[in-house]
Amino acid sequence: MAEIPDEEFILKTTSACAGCSASLILRYVTKAAGKDTVLVVPACCTSVIQGVYPNTAMNIPVYNVAFASAAAVASGMSEAFRAVGKKTNVICFAGDGGTVDIGIQALSGALERGTDFLYICYDNEAYSNTGMQRSGATPLGASTTTTPLGKKDYKKDLDAIVQAHNPVYMATACSAYPVDLYNKVKKALSIPGPKFMHILAPCPPGWRYPSEKTIEVGKLAVQSGMWVLYERENGKLSISGASKAAMKKRIPVSEYLKVQGRFKTATEEDISVLSEHVENNIKKLEREVEGIC
Amino acid sequence: MSAKLAISKPKTGASGKTGSWRTFKPVVDMDKCNKCGNCYRFCPDGTIDTEFNIDYDYCKGCGICVEVCPKKAITMVRED
Ligand SMILES: Cc1ncc(C[n+]2csc(CCOP(=O)(O)OP(=O)(O)O)c2C)c(N)n1
Ligand code: SF4
Ligand code: SF4
Ligand code: SF4
Ligand SMILES: [Mg+2]
Repeated sequence: MAEIPDEEFILKTTSACAGCSASLILRYVTKAAGKDTVLVVPACCTSVIQGVYPNTAMNIPVYNVAFASAAAVASGMSEAFRAVGKKTNVICFAGDGGTVDIGIQALSGALERGTDFLYICYDNEAYSNTGMQRSGATPLGASTTTTPLGKKDYKKDLDAIVQAHNPVYMATACSAYPVDLYNKVKKALSIPGPKFMHILAPCPPGWRYPSEKTIEVGKLAVQSGMWVLYERENGKLSISGASKAAMKKRIPVSEYLKVQGRFKTATEEDISVLSEHVENNIKKLEREVEGIC
Repeated sequence: MSAKLAISKPKTGASGKTGSWRTFKPVVDMDKCNKCGNCYRFCPDGTIDTEFNIDYDYCKGCGICVEVCPKKAITMVRED
């Protein structure tokens, strides 16, 4: 396991909210990727937190692009670098809205074309930058400004959609486990071809919990099984460190929900549906690990 | 032909001195600290260095460092 470098690629500081996990994720993604990297960022919190023009906190090149285009831009950029013999890492860093809803066609196309890039979706489970509207990644039961009584639909299964493209590498991560996250980004960037990471990103104002609880909320997501850390290398699944224990024994989903104001409106039925969903997902992953699927 | 492109340059303080956002500030008691590095590791904004000094010009006062400290060596103190 590589030592994590002390060098920082984000200068003090962005204008992200206090306690923003997306900032912590960016810190480790850039540490893993290093100087020879371009970030491609569609409209999201990450595009507005960089600083006030003509200055930026980002000490590596960032290309801010239109919402639906991130993976298409990255595709062209990667082709151009490779054509002139450059190994520069091309990383899309996109929100959940910009991925599961708006950018999905570009992502699908880039994966299908075998683009040599890493696509990272940091998932704060809503359109946070514009004031927390519901996205396809918002979980059932969560209230947002457009679902004030709690969302009635399920979270879209982005990972299953990506998996159907058979990328060379895909993984999940969470800001509460930065070493796991760092190692996964490192590994992804060491493999040529299309790579994908889905990173859970707790958001204090959006999820309505106090800023100091960002790490605890991420850990509760993993300990309850609401978020499972895993990797798929050439299709082969392995469950990662912190989620191995949760595969066997989990805390109740309600422990994760009750620390977040956005689940205040969740009904008993919502909670049992979410719990059942966790159990089914864990069973499905267990069978896949054992080779029965 | 020269195209006009909006290109920003990297600079410390690109979002201003975000330390002014704080209502409470984290203070480290070095006598209690065991140098585990958790505060440095988990600070979302990189405002704690590897010697566990906090940069108060930029620390946003989120309180994460307090929560992840196993020695309870950091306390939040109200700003004057
Ligand atoms: C075509 C277009 N529609 C809408 C917007 C406004 N907009 C900017 S950021 C954003 C929210 C993005 O949500 P997500 O991708 O989840 O990222 P987050 O803000 O949560 O980090 C929206 C709707 C835009 N910039 N461009
Ligand atoms: S709204 Fe959420 S994701 Fe966006 S900057 Fe604030 S904490 Fe980060
Ligand atoms: S309060 Fe937050 S921003 Fe300030 S040093 Fe601690 S973790 Fe970093
Ligand atoms: S987390 Fe606490 S004990 Fe660990 S280095 Fe920071 S102040 Fe010291
Ligand atoms: Mg979002």
